[in-house]
Amino acid sequence: MVTELANLKSISKSFGGIHALRSVNFDVRPGEVHALLGENGAGKSTLMRVLGGEIIPSQGEVVINGKRTELRDPRDARALGIVVIHQELALAPDLSVAENIFLGELPTLISRFSLRRRAKQLIDRLGFDIDPGRLVGTLSVAHQQVVEIAKALSQDIKIIVFDEPTAVLGAQDAMKLHQIIRGLRDRGVGIVYISHRLDEVFDIADRMTVMKDGETVGTVATTDVKIDDIIRMMVGRPIANMFPERSQRTIGAELLNVKKLNAGRMVRDVSFSVRAGEIVGLGGLIGSGRTEVARAIFGADPLDSGTISLKGKALKLKSPRDAVKAGIGLVPEDRKEHGVVIDKPIRVNATMARMSSVVNALGFLKPALERTDVTALGKSLRLKASSIDAPVSSLSGGNQQKVVLAKWFHAGGDVIILDEPTRGVDVGAKAEIYALINKLAEDGKAVLVISSEHQELFGLCDRVLAMGQGQIRGELTPSNYSEENLLGLSMMGGARASNQGSQV
Amino acid sequence: MTHTTDTVMPQEQKGFVDYHSIVQRFGTLAIFLVLVAVATWWSDSFLTRGNLLNVLRQVASTAGIMAVGMLFVILTRGIDLSVGSVMALGSVLTGYFCAMLGYGTGATIFLVLLCGAACGLVTGGFIAYLRLPSFVMSLAMMAVARGLSLIISEGRPIPLSDAGAAFSSFGSGFVLGIPQPVILMFAIYIAGGVVLNFTRFGRVITAIGSNEEAVRLSGIAVPRYIVAVYVISGLLAGLAGIIAASRTGVGSAQVGIGAELNVIAAVVIGGASLMGGKGGVINTLLGALVMGIITNIMNLAGVPGYHQQVYMGAIIVVAMLLQYSTGSLKR
Repeated sequence: MVTELANLKSISKSFGGIHALRSVNFDVRPGEVHALLGENGAGKSTLMRVLGGEIIPSQGEVVINGKRTELRDPRDARALGIVVIHQELALAPDLSVAENIFLGELPTLISRFSLRRRAKQLIDRLGFDIDPGRLVGTLSVAHQQVVEIAKALSQDIKIIVFDEPTAVLGAQDAMKLHQIIRGLRDRGVGIVYISHRLDEVFDIADRMTVMKDGETVGTVATTDVKIDDIIRMMVGRPIANMFPERSQRTIGAELLNVKKLNAGRMVRDVSFSVRAGEIVGLGGLIGSGRTEVARAIFGADPLDSGTISLKGKALKLKSPRDAVKAGIGLVPEDRKEHGVVIDKPIRVNATMARMSSVVNALGFLKPALERTDVTALGKSLRLKASSIDAPVSSLSGGNQQKVVLAKWFHAGGDVIILDEPTRGVDVGAKAEIYALINKLAEDGKAVLVISSEHQELFGLCDRVLAMGQGQIRGELTPSNYSEENLLGLSMMGGARASNQGSQV
Repeated sequence: MTHTTDTVMPQEQKGFVDYHSIVQRFGTLAIFLVLVAVATWWSDSFLTRGNLLNVLRQVASTAGIMAVGMLFVILTRGIDLSVGSVMALGSVLTGYFCAMLGYGTGATIFLVLLCGAACGLVTGGFIAYLRLPSFVMSLAMMAVARGLSLIISEGRPIPLSDAGAAFSSFGSGFVLGIPQPVILMFAIYIAGGVVLNFTRFGRVITAIGSNEEAVRLSGIAVPRYIVAVYVISGLLAGLAGIIAASRTGVGSAQVGIGAELNVIAAVVIGGASLMGGKGGVINTLLGALVMGIITNIMNLAGVPGYHQQVYMGAIIVVAMLLQYSTGSLKR
């Protein structure tokens, strides 16, 4: 019998009314790679936050090295040798690589020379070549991740958690990372590995635990199962049920046309079009330029060249204001920072993109009219809130997103762009948001959806454009929807870079 | 939308938010009432008609009027340090236009307000379109406006006496027994309250202070609104300058030194957040009155002028602690 390094016993955690974890069991043994699998929002990251001391569970116990322990904050976890490397990296962008690595133990007098030498040794050991004097903010995301790992390794670690480490890594860097992980495993470190890439999980993991809707579906040894078994455990029910029927929409004339768009480094020669009633997906890895395309079309970032036309008329967009006037709406990726004014009431947020409808000629508000309009809108969007005067901050993620959608329903434009519309939204609200996106298209709008969840794109979209390095590399239609095809197109270099079929 | 069974609102926070908003809404009022009680107990002459009107006129012709403009600026998460200097420029220009150029009262007032607004236009333009920090830009305008007022007045006070009595009534006159500047101040607060609560402009500037980027991405022309709040602030500072000139009978480059700090203090005692998005006119008026009453009490108690500044600083800190002791728990 192996003693576990860590044993999480019937952990529960709820935020407000939402149960993020329901009596979850999970353990880590020395010298193993334990993969944690599940859809986005299944509770994997929350569980790891419990292990990392960032969240105190509502119920259940944490046993470390056979002793019941209370992890009150990340420092408690660190002291026990537990390190969690998150998707969002926790580095100081204005400090050098070396300073970041030794941030927790910087001496009073900093000798740059010895600090950098020690940093260099650590990074070399990981098999990478990064100048320890560079500012972390200037590094690629992949290299920032390496710095984060080096930082973890600068201390004595017993358990290390990787939360989707390879999502931002190229194939070569991912292989290097796997070598690092195997090296750690052989030294007796317990590794938790969260990933959506099942092939690599089967390659590296010794055991797997599948989570779904905040519960554990089961824990299995890799040798006992096949990929299909794991998918069945992850999905539980057929994914198709979450998505609305595509057939009820009629696709009409071309509304949005983008030609040879160039904007900065991340948008290069992008051309495509979206028709009325059509939902087009923009897929590809994070950092492939999808968000930048959306921002350029919305006038939020300046264009270098190219034309954006709406209903055949070329637009000159100098600001989001011009775009909104022309009838384009954007549901941004970062809901809290860009989507809503979070401490203001639902009512104020919902009418913000077309305030002209709730003010008279002198600029005075018409509160009664606003109330009726927003109440009706809230009902049709099935918004759950105590009142339309409640601040958006009092809502769950899904309902906050509905407020952003309400804003664009109220604005009533022709084109709507949604960037990661279900990020941080629980499974139930997801299906509702899918239905709303579908409703936008049914209303005859041209809809562009950006998502990192491939199943979401496949379930929702009439076609999916694959982006890679700022270019559109190809197009998928429902008959050839598959994760491999999408990633293949997205990651393919010049070979199939021709912009096949993306212009109607 | 209240029909749902699963309330989404996190329960543990709900009670707290209510408590917090009560403190935010009525905190300044409580401070104000306590001060009035203390002042009444302290001095028999405080609660007399003459003294109260005196306090009001003092407030109106110092921080009171400018605090409305400052509130608008602070709501957008900005700051306007130039108001004291623009007030001096307004005072000097009043003397310049009416005494030296011989313009009529109406023309003088119009031109001075225009110049005050122009100062705000320059400050706001640089902040909104060239993205300069408001602190730095308004600091620059503070120096420029003070310098201009010294240049125009050649460093000497400009007597208004030869321009006739019309001007002195503007600052010192009474309507129905109430000093004119006080009436003007109340009118400005009412107008400010209407704009802030019932118009698109008021809603947008408050939202800009909370989250400028989200407002921009809703298709609202944020820079125009930002310029507008500085124009209003400059215009009201110019007005304060006219009142100062009219009350003292001279246009002087020496008025309004340090006034910006009193104005900011009034707004902040009024519970507005320097991080933008929170604040209201009634509380700002109460904040200005609190400052005025503190000065009045110290005058009645015979505290020497130099000592008054020290006490004022200490009292501001206490008032702020009362406001923020609850607010800081939220974050």
